Amino acid sequence: MIGIKKFISKMRTKSPWLLHFDCGSCNGCDIEVLACLTPVYDVERFGIINVGNPMHADILLVTGTVNHRNKVVLINLFNQMPDPKIVVAIGACGLSGGIFRDAYNVVGGVDKVIPVDVYVPGCPAKPEAIIDGVVAGLSKL
Amino acid sequence: MITDLVLAIFCIVFVPVLGGFISGIDRIITARFQSRVGPPLLQPFYDVIKLFGKEKVVVNVWQAFCAYCYIAAASISIVMFFFKSDLLLILFVQAVGAIFLVVGALSSTSPFSQVGAHRELLQILSYEPLLVLVVVGMYLEVDSFKIWKIYEWNEPLILKLPFLFIVLGYALTIKLRKSPFDLSTSHHAHQELVKGVLTDYSGPFLGLIEIAHWYETVLVLGLCSLFWATNWIGGFILVAITYILEIIIDNVSARMTWRWMLGYVWAMGITLSVVNMVWLSLV
Ligand code: SF4
Repeated sequence: MIGIKKFISKMRTKSPWLLHFDCGSCNGCDIEVLACLTPVYDVERFGIINVGNPMHADILLVTGTVNHRNKVVLINLFNQMPDPKIVVAIGACGLSGGIFRDAYNVVGGVDKVIPVDVYVPGCPAKPEAIIDGVVAGLSKL
Repeated sequence: MITDLVLAIFCIVFVPVLGGFISGIDRIITARFQSRVGPPLLQPFYDVIKLFGKEKVVVNVWQAFCAYCYIAAASISIVMFFFKSDLLLILFVQAVGAIFLVVGALSSTSPFSQVGAHRELLQILSYEPLLVLVVVGMYLEVDSFKIWKIYEWNEPLILKLPFLFIVLGYALTIKLRKSPFDLSTSHHAHQELVKGVLTDYSGPFLGLIEIAHWYETVLVLGLCSLFWATNWIGGFILVAITYILEIIIDNVSARMTWRWMLGYVWAMGITLSVVNMVWLSLV
């Protein structure tokens, strides 16, 4: 039984499916996330696929600030993902609200509404850093 | 009796392994076409094993029931194929499974899954007549619907039924979910419909559907191999060439609309079949 559990959790690290949610990003970080899928970085080498469907995803990548409008959507997406799942917050905005943190509509970082496992800093975060963050998160799956 | 049972168990276990390898090779070749390295060969197996380890989330019980029916029908049809039984019966069992996939998707209220299910129905509507025409063509040549009769035939069917082989190619492209016919769901990122007919299947049930898809892949490739049933090497080469052509077509074409699919596939399929059958009766 323990052997099977170990085997399955090893497979989890070999096939992480991503869901990318643009919370309120300036699109800087989104472009860097998508850059990971291009032939230059080709994350499919590690079995990583951008699925775009919370029901299929293992990892939630969130870019941008959370505001009062989209926090409902973010919580909804998080709840729709089957366990086990991890959340990676990307960019200064995802971490703390970034330059938008004082705006009247902004709640703050992603961890204000859902639990975050990995924080990837940068404005925008580099693709290498994003891949690094996902890999760091895999150990928690 | 015992040998039959062993053969049945062997194909239920071995066929998904074969299907998984085919899908792994497919993903690597597709990645190379896009100048990427691509995933490891065993990636489809990693994905499915992971899916079985995920939490079970179902929209309603019918969805789970439909997923089980789909894989049951797919595995029964492949077992019948390996037992060299009746082609028509195999097609109908396979069609029942395909319908269950659609019913499962329709049982959820998600608009993506609903639209995906409708498109999947239209795809079934497009390829099933073609498969029946192919089988009827084989019947006209060998005078039987039984697969063992085809294996006993002493010349490759493709020499007499070349156009029907192209017709089977259309059905194969739709069944393998390749562009331009990957309307209902696709292996690649599917932007306009999320994951189409598969949107609301998740975790272990998505894993079951993936395995059922491997069974079906092997079944349709098996149908291709019947066109060169006189020896194994010829059949293998025919299937390999066909599959590589499928991957190329997948990579060079864009996704089309269902109206185009239905019109084009029926027009081409029926014309080519009629031409082939008339030719068959003249020579
Ligand atoms: S961190 Fe910088 S690049 Fe990323 S969303 Fe915020 S402002 Fe844009």
